[in-house]
Amino acid sequence: MTRLTIPKTYKLFIGGKFPRSESGRSYEVRAADGGFLANASLASRKDARDAVVAARAAGSGWAGATAYNRGQVLYRVAEVLEGRREQFAQEIAASEGVSLADAGRQVDRSIDTWVWYAGWADKFVQVAGAGNPVAGPYFNLSVPEPTGVVAVVAPQGEASLLGLVRVVAPALVAGNTVVVVPDEAHPLSAISLAEVLATSDVPGGVVNVLTGSPAELAPWLAAHADVNALDLAGAGRLEWVDLEISAADTLKRVLRPEPGVPAATLDRILAYTETKTVWHTKSLL
Amino acid sequence: MKDIETTGRGFLDYAPAPESTSILHLRDSYGLFIDGEFRDGTGGSFTTISPATEKPIAEIAIASDADVDLAVAAARGAYEKTWSRMSGSDRGKYLFRIARLVQERARELAVAESLDNGKPIKESRDTDVPLVAAWFFYYAGWADKLDYAGLGANPRALGVAAQVIPWNFPLLMLAWKIAPALAAGNTVVLKPAETTPLSALLFAEILQQAELPAGVVNIVTGAGATGATLVRHPDVDKVAFTGSTAVGREIAKTVAGTHKKVTLELGGKAANIVFDDAPIDQAVEGIVNGIFFNQGHVCCAGSRLLVQESIHDEVVDRLKHRLTTLRLGDPLDKNTDIGAINSAEQLERIRRLSDLGEQEGAERWTAPCELPENGFWFAPTVFTNVQTSSTIAREEIFGPVLSVLTFRTPAEAIAKANNTPYGLSAGIWSDKGSKILAVADKLRAGVIWANTFNRFDPASPFGGYKESGYGREGGRHGLGAYLQPRVEVAEEPAKRASRSPRPTKKGAGK
Amino acid sequence: MTMQTTALAPAERAVRLLGGDLTERSLRQYLEGLSGVDAVGLEQRAAGLATRSIKTSSKAAALDRIIELIDLTTLEGADTPGKVRSLVAKALTPDASDPSTPRVAAVCVYGDMVPAAVEALGAAHGDPDDGLVSVAAVATAFPSGRASLAVKLADTRDAVAVGADEIDMVIDRGAFLAGNYGTVFEQIVAVKEACRRADGSYASLKVILETGELTTYDNVRRASWLAILAGGDFIKTSTGKVAPAATLPVTLLMLEAVRDWHRLTGEYVGVKPAGGIRSSKDAVRYLVTVAETVGEQWLQPHLFRFGASSLLNDVLLQRQKLRTGHYSGPDYVTID
Repeated sequence: MTRLTIPKTYKLFIGGKFPRSESGRSYEVRAADGGFLANASLASRKDARDAVVAARAAGSGWAGATAYNRGQVLYRVAEVLEGRREQFAQEIAASEGVSLADAGRQVDRSIDTWVWYAGWADKFVQVAGAGNPVAGPYFNLSVPEPTGVVAVVAPQGEASLLGLVRVVAPALVAGNTVVVVPDEAHPLSAISLAEVLATSDVPGGVVNVLTGSPAELAPWLAAHADVNALDLAGAGRLEWVDLEISAADTLKRVLRPEPGVPAATLDRILAYTETKTVWHTKSLL
Repeated sequence: MKDIETTGRGFLDYAPAPESTSILHLRDSYGLFIDGEFRDGTGGSFTTISPATEKPIAEIAIASDADVDLAVAAARGAYEKTWSRMSGSDRGKYLFRIARLVQERARELAVAESLDNGKPIKESRDTDVPLVAAWFFYYAGWADKLDYAGLGANPRALGVAAQVIPWNFPLLMLAWKIAPALAAGNTVVLKPAETTPLSALLFAEILQQAELPAGVVNIVTGAGATGATLVRHPDVDKVAFTGSTAVGREIAKTVAGTHKKVTLELGGKAANIVFDDAPIDQAVEGIVNGIFFNQGHVCCAGSRLLVQESIHDEVVDRLKHRLTTLRLGDPLDKNTDIGAINSAEQLERIRRLSDLGEQEGAERWTAPCELPENGFWFAPTVFTNVQTSSTIAREEIFGPVLSVLTFRTPAEAIAKANNTPYGLSAGIWSDKGSKILAVADKLRAGVIWANTFNRFDPASPFGGYKESGYGREGGRHGLGAYLQPRVEVAEEPAKRASRSPRPTKKGAGK
Repeated sequence: MTMQTTALAPAERAVRLLGGDLTERSLRQYLEGLSGVDAVGLEQRAAGLATRSIKTSSKAAALDRIIELIDLTTLEGADTPGKVRSLVAKALTPDASDPSTPRVAAVCVYGDMVPAAVEALGAAHGDPDDGLVSVAAVATAFPSGRASLAVKLADTRDAVAVGADEIDMVIDRGAFLAGNYGTVFEQIVAVKEACRRADGSYASLKVILETGELTTYDNVRRASWLAILAGGDFIKTSTGKVAPAATLPVTLLMLEAVRDWHRLTGEYVGVKPAGGIRSSKDAVRYLVTVAETVGEQWLQPHLFRFGASSLLNDVLLQRQKLRTGHYSGPDYVTID
């Protein structure tokens, strides 16, 4: 006799907790063959507002951690994700309609991406920073710092877990906190990943996941004055130019849409940093 | 001991020690500099004046849309046919030539700058022009070393750069834009500010003397409309702008959705933080330098003095005393410390905001300077009893006006300093190293000066956080704005395995 | 350890500022509580002052003023009465070809050369405010200061007794650098007392800090205040026997100390940069620095001096150029 399973409820991930949408709404997530998979929370603009508040609150702690510490936390995420590889593969296979083997490979690439970025935490400053030889008695140092709160529209209709990891991980490396709208049609891996984050010593609020409609949520995030940067990676099918224009009101740093799954690059880390240059007088007298 | 009367003029009366304008050989009118030569514009003309005397200097062309088209086309042509095919070391050689020519004509450029802008000759001679030469010198050396810039191997230029610069440091802002763009392999169309076109046009002559290939740099004078046309031009790959946050916003909106890369260097309302353990006399100098240098027409000016409450009275006292020795007057006088305000509009803005400061309850003190009759002048002004909610603590005045606020603890200083949409610069004054470093860590500003202020160097990246803009100018970082992003892919597990060397078999197969 | 709380000699200024409980500890706390100095900023301010330009018609007055503020100096082991007579003659008539040339403020010699200087000056010996030339003597085991207090006081008394109007003493740099501010303080107080004449008047005391050995600007600031509190009439940069001697930044720093003292008490203390000032151009920069730091009022012999020897001739050359319209040469000024 087959055992009755306990279907998982997929909620939002805000401030380290898993609340439902304050709007009470949800939407059906369907499998590749059209069958019902789960009800996912349909995030509202108020959820987005709360997520930004949570992200901002988590910022000083995450940015204030040592680079070593952040690298360790990010590596822990990879460890936990590795341990749950099969579950993620099954979720992806069911949702995206790919073979279990291909789904497994997507999980592997996601884990490897995460490890790659974890390793950058205590290094990118050395590559992107500089001691500047100014023409005077000054110690002059340029150092990249996190920009703050990054709002992300993850790739839509691509490899859902890998796409998400490729846009979230690089923002975290420098100490930014993230509010991400994952793949609308395939949001389940995003919430499962949130569970991984919640159990990997990632402080609450560092990553916030708003499952739902990018078309509905992105304009609120783009206009939000307390969001410092906007990643439109997966916004190619939206009116993204309007989003960029809206973001310009508060001079947000904007990454434009790109097709497919973004590559894992150092530039994606640096895109969310501000270079701070400090001059110190120096003299023996 | 004698009781010397010091009320009258002593023998140390620094009467005019004026730099002569006879060193200049100005034309009556200037055209646009397109494709290597000066040519008439088709958009009419305007007169540029000296803000110290209101006298006209020369007639300047206004670039029409058609002129901008020509300029962009010239830049594109030069990029495709010449500049992108040239080796980095050759590009560098041109930049070295330009640096040398600037040094050779330094005095002339300084006089022209002070005449057109209103800033004291002491500043244009000792700060602006030397930095211009240094900037070209620095980036000349990068041109053939882009592989080492940390932006990937063999990074490629973006193409044609549209550059719009402000009136506060005309030639220096030109150098900040052109030098890295050319070093990275781009060609340029640059629009100087409406009130300060002169030094850019003299610079065009230098480009001719350097025999820079035609079209690599094009200079189109005009007003806001010319700049807007340039920024909007479809055949431009990169937009670089320095100016007000308001215009910066508009530019960001204009380029939205296009392929253009943009960097912006905008306004600021920097906090100059003086702790009770600061070296007091040097801090007072730093305050003066921070807000009265260049008449306060500096985006990174220390316009908010955050002084520890316990030393407020002493610092303000010493500051006012120090301000009585500032000399305001003819920009071409070598003894002048405070020059003219750049334009009637700017003067009006400064006056309006200062009056508002008084209305909102701050206490106004003005340095006892005699203002000349003609020209645009504003005496150094200090507002005390300014609160964080005051307009003059929030809005950029861009003039010689200091707002003084107090704080009690380092944490409060940091909080007040960061409590602004701007984030360009800040100053920290303290004798305690650990405190300086910790406060510097926490300030959200792109440039932080500890026990000094308003220092610039081509090796030192400059730019803002938040609404002060994005992108950096100067240093290795300044190249990034003008190069294509690197293409890289993270290692895939399968690829990694295939690259590890096969262990050699020892003793096998014998 | 007990020295910390032992009472120091109650110099009047120190008691006024620090209160009756004047000890090594309270003195040290006061001096260490003074604001620090950022060297880069100080040097930049001095460099800024050095760019001031004096108009030609003011140059002549500036040059004359420099001469009037010079302590014409000879401090060699090889000094003889003959050398001193030659110096005095130069002090009285710097440029025989131009009778409009003013006299210097003082001649500065070793204590045992004072009688020779006084005799050579004759009727011209007196207060520079009256157009006469005063005699300054270095004392206290100049230049090193390394001798017992008894020796240093005897050195001082001897010079005063034979007619020195001013005493240029050296502080004990060893004691200062070892942190024994009380020792340095008490020596100055004692030397000041040794400047007392039988009729109750005092020779004017200049306190040489030897800034080149104190090295840091923070030390110079503390030593300046210490010397003022102990009763010095002038604070002086250097003996001229150690490099670096006077510099514009260090002089600026010392002017700031007398400025602050004046703001605090209304009292006047003088400043004397000595050694290394050889050109008129440099000297004018010092005048500018004085004017913009403490005010032109300080540009008088009782408040400012140049300790110099070769400066005078360079000023004379510049004077000649202004007078004749062409550049002059070393053959047209006399050596002393």
